[in-house]
Amino acid sequence: MAASDLYQEHILDHYKHPRNKGPLPGASLNAKDSNPLCGDEVVLHLKVDGSQRISEVRFEGQGCAISQASASMLTTIVKGVTIPEAEALERDAILKELGIPLSAVRLKCALLSLQVLKLALRNAPDARA
Amino acid sequence: MAKPAKVLLNVPAVKADFPIFQRKIRDKRLVYLDSAATSQKPRQVIDATSDFYSRYNANVHRAIYELGEEATREFEGAREKVADFIRAKSPNEIVFTKSTTESLNLVAYGYGVKGKIEKGDEIVGTVMEHHSNHVPWHFVKDHKGAVLKYVDVTDEGMLKMEQYDELLSKRTKIVTVTLCSNVLGTINPVKEIAKRAHEVGAVCVVDAAQAAPHMPIDVQSLGADFLAFSGHKMLGPTGIGILYGTAEVLEATEPLLGGGEMIREVHLGRASWNDVPYKFEGGTPNIAGVIGLGAAVDYLTKLGMEAVRAHEMEVTQYALDEIRRIKGVTIYGPKDVKRKAGVLAFTIGNAHPHDIASILDVDGICIRSGHHCAQPLMERYDLPATARASFYVYNDLDDVDALMAGIRKVQEVFA
Repeated sequence: MAASDLYQEHILDHYKHPRNKGPLPGASLNAKDSNPLCGDEVVLHLKVDGSQRISEVRFEGQGCAISQASASMLTTIVKGVTIPEAEALERDAILKELGIPLSAVRLKCALLSLQVLKLALRNAPDARA
Repeated sequence: MAKPAKVLLNVPAVKADFPIFQRKIRDKRLVYLDSAATSQKPRQVIDATSDFYSRYNANVHRAIYELGEEATREFEGAREKVADFIRAKSPNEIVFTKSTTESLNLVAYGYGVKGKIEKGDEIVGTVMEHHSNHVPWHFVKDHKGAVLKYVDVTDEGMLKMEQYDELLSKRTKIVTVTLCSNVLGTINPVKEIAKRAHEVGAVCVVDAAQAAPHMPIDVQSLGADFLAFSGHKMLGPTGIGILYGTAEVLEATEPLLGGGEMIREVHLGRASWNDVPYKFEGGTPNIAGVIGLGAAVDYLTKLGMEAVRAHEMEVTQYALDEIRRIKGVTIYGPKDVKRKAGVLAFTIGNAHPHDIASILDVDGICIRSGHHCAQPLMERYDLPATARASFYVYNDLDDVDALMAGIRKVQEVFA
């Protein structure tokens, strides 16, 4: 294994040029969590339209390349999907996007943003109600 | 740059004693730079531990048969070795616990919560303590209404001694300080700190977890009333900690654990305590751990703690010289190796320390990254995390070169 196996071009690209990064005034769902081990932090802002679709998403945060790149990737995955689709999102979707071998410790970095998404969705209005 | 020629320890010979260095990490040689977290173990320690289990395993102190007597002899022999190692007056001043953390909790609980500390009494700590020398004192605050005060650090990582003087008063009952910072490597002037604590009638608690493995310690000359350290950071097994206390303060300390061994008499509803140090050692102790610790003390004594310290100063000096030649790397803590142990905390530009550690790991280089269980210190410097390399008896200048090559690789990845 070389360093470039872990820090592949697409990961560094998302880390250095994050997609959808910044505050999102008027967001209807917000959540934040951190990984006390690394001090990684991810905040997620979501705007949901009348048809339960995530119309806009932004993230803020700081931390290692894996955590921040995965947060950036997550925003590109959930933008435009419905709340139920986002709720059904599994870890493999993120891991596939990252596409690198991860140790158990680094897995926590990689999955932090997904955890924040699930936290945010807890406060989503129930579509079935 | 030519490497210094002076060699204080025969590192290849030392390394040959440590079986773990025979293994490869992804076909690369193991460069272990995380001894501040835990040290590797020499064959002598591993053998002493397995020897106990395979030749004379028995419970200590009460067995009336040969095996039990041998086990007790080795166990108590280790207590004597540890007492000599830190120049204690008597083996009765050595209490075995499971960790430095437990040792410090024993003091906070037995001397603080159950002991003499009253509401409004003051405990002076420092912002550079490990969490294990912060949180137990929070308990004393919460349960007894003690007031906690903290000595700040300078930007260079030294304690502000003039502020310490201002914090001391007749209300100060305990001063607690690390002898060596696990992040900055700062070696604190504990002798002076203890002297000033005693002048106001306070006792001095010393966290020596990072110091005892790396430099000669003389508890009497330091003036420590309590001193805590761990076996696993000084070539010994995990799960064994040490609390030194003078006879006077140990007598004034209540036990943390009630049970077997720690009693003199037990009746229904009441009991009286065994003598110091046994009153603190309720339950079957970590016998193999203590015997392994004894072997570790033998190993270090044979190398000579003066030589260990001198070797680490040499390696640290070389690391400081080399790392300062790399642009974009920030190092934390004192730069003078006379005031610094072999602990090197650093950051590389905007690269997150976890990414640094991952990239080094690819080449078999083990360093630590994170807050190092010292969040108040990280807050003081406004840092979420740092990378940290630490050195010990089996590290040489080649290991430092490997670290520098790794740092350059990190810079390439994040260029």
